[in-house]
Amino acid sequence: MSGSTQREPSSDPTRSGNHERDDRPGTSGTHAPVPGRTAMTSVSASEAGQGAAPAAAHVRLEHVTKTFPAAGSGGRPLTALDDVSLEVSHGEVFGVVGHSGAGKSTLVRLINGLETPTAGRVYLGGRELTSLTERARREVRRDTGMIFQQFNLFRSRTVAGNVAYPLKVARVGQPERDRRVARLLDFVGLLDRAHDHPEQLSGGQKQRVGIARALATEPSLLLADEATSALDPQTTSEVLDLLRRANRNLGVTIVIITHELDVIQSIADRVAVLDGGRVVESGSLYDVFAQPRTEAAARIIGMALRDRPSAATLARLRLTHPGRIVTVRVRDRAAFQTALASTFLSHGVAAEIIFGGIGELQDRPVGSLTFELTGPDGAGGPDGAGAVDAAITALRADGVDVTEEPAEEG
Amino acid sequence: MQEFLSNLSVYRDAIGQTFYIVLISMAAGGVLGLVIGLALYATRPGSLLASRPVFIALNVLVNIVRPIPFVIFLTAIQPLILAAIGTTIGTNAVTFALSIAAAFAVSRIVEQSLLTVDPGVIEAARAAGARPTSILVTVLIPEALGPVILGYTFIFVAVVDMSAQAGLFGGGGLGNFAITYGSQRYDWPIVYITVATIIVIVQAGQFIGNWLARRALRR
Repeated sequence: MSGSTQREPSSDPTRSGNHERDDRPGTSGTHAPVPGRTAMTSVSASEAGQGAAPAAAHVRLEHVTKTFPAAGSGGRPLTALDDVSLEVSHGEVFGVVGHSGAGKSTLVRLINGLETPTAGRVYLGGRELTSLTERARREVRRDTGMIFQQFNLFRSRTVAGNVAYPLKVARVGQPERDRRVARLLDFVGLLDRAHDHPEQLSGGQKQRVGIARALATEPSLLLADEATSALDPQTTSEVLDLLRRANRNLGVTIVIITHELDVIQSIADRVAVLDGGRVVESGSLYDVFAQPRTEAAARIIGMALRDRPSAATLARLRLTHPGRIVTVRVRDRAAFQTALASTFLSHGVAAEIIFGGIGELQDRPVGSLTFELTGPDGAGGPDGAGAVDAAITALRADGVDVTEEPAEEG
Repeated sequence: MQEFLSNLSVYRDAIGQTFYIVLISMAAGGVLGLVIGLALYATRPGSLLASRPVFIALNVLVNIVRPIPFVIFLTAIQPLILAAIGTTIGTNAVTFALSIAAAFAVSRIVEQSLLTVDPGVIEAARAAGARPTSILVTVLIPEALGPVILGYTFIFVAVVDMSAQAGLFGGGGLGNFAITYGSQRYDWPIVYITVATIIVIVQAGQFIGNWLARRALRR
């Protein structure tokens, strides 16, 4: 199974049969993700409009708070989510990243109504979940697939039986059920394992069954809760390829929750960073990863990029680099480093790259470079300091993000 | 031995009665116990149909009935047996009491077996939009089938044991045979033959139970 992204009509489980997806706004036709989308989620705009959310949003959380009652008599109530607002568009892959315990799992379970918020509203395709009866929420869940870290396959059923289960729940008749199961198993490349039981499969194969099961009812939304966290890197990329195909070929909106930043980097169009139950930042993958605006997001994302020196590294660097140390964020513009070099040159500042890394995100460069800057008369001299300051000022005037690393304390 | 051979038809009838008592008690008690066990599981806090009052009521009821030794239980519920069967002695009276005793024993076994099912698969079934009652029947029971079968086998042995005790109450069956034709006449060969017969029944039941459980667990 290759990671190809071209359309593969023969293995498209949604091909036959008319389907209510056709009249959903924004999902007809092709479903290519929109990597260029950079607009920040705006919640305040629609707060006044009660009831129906804008048609564009597939999933929408408005000021959602979820508090779990204290476990035991001595415990304190746990606030898993604190005033979370976010919006997921039709057909996109939306990543939610955060440390374990940041409330990520609670977030997905709110989206398919397995949890109800303590405060705030959850909209799914314009319908407000908390206002629905449990019966109506079950209907909503049949249009929402879910995959899990531990796969959660039914051990008592075969591979085909697992995939057929949601169809039985949805009362799809036997002949149609068999057809769809075969098509889905073909889609995930496990047609030959239909009559095996889950324990006969590898972890990656189990997750592929999980994906086939989640897609069985042709849902418009797929929730992935740490779906690759129990898999090795090779298997992870196979599963991500499959999710990407589901997104591009079937037009399924995907909300993927993970602590693995490389998973988010490789698949998400837009991303929200969750820290301590709050969304500290959200936006396009590139914007959030290349230029985190909050300290919390920078801390979480910096771990993925490893482009900035840690405090310990900085201390070591200072031993051999007495000049002023600044870190410059790499921008996605032509001849960026040539411009940097000429700025330093014109101010008579010597710039030595002492740390950094440049990677690629959604085909655009991302990363940062740490320089030791030395003025014409050496770092300590007043002229030198003046020239370095002038160079930094010039760069900032040009829109370059320059951070001066603090001098070592004590 | 001569005594035994002359009572061969009584012995055969006793075996038939034991099977009658045990099989009907296992069927009636098994179904009732399954329902109570499912209810115990489903109503416990945080479960599919969580209901604190129902759970506490069931839990207390099971805890009261289950530890009572069967012969005492049989005596204690005589008014109930009388109302249901019309008499407090004989095979049907014993079968009725045994069904109830088996049901409460089975309920705990079922509850414990269901608790071994990975909560993740229940989550998956809920995420697929299944109703709680449907999850109980189509997910939980199949997933817990191996332990449930072993549990029923355990109860089967206990029911054979209790049916023999019921012989003291004129309940018929092998226990009754061993007492009236064996120990009360000091005819020990009859006692030993009866004991051996009970051992064979228990062994056969255990063997069948193990075999079914292995098939369910595919091990």
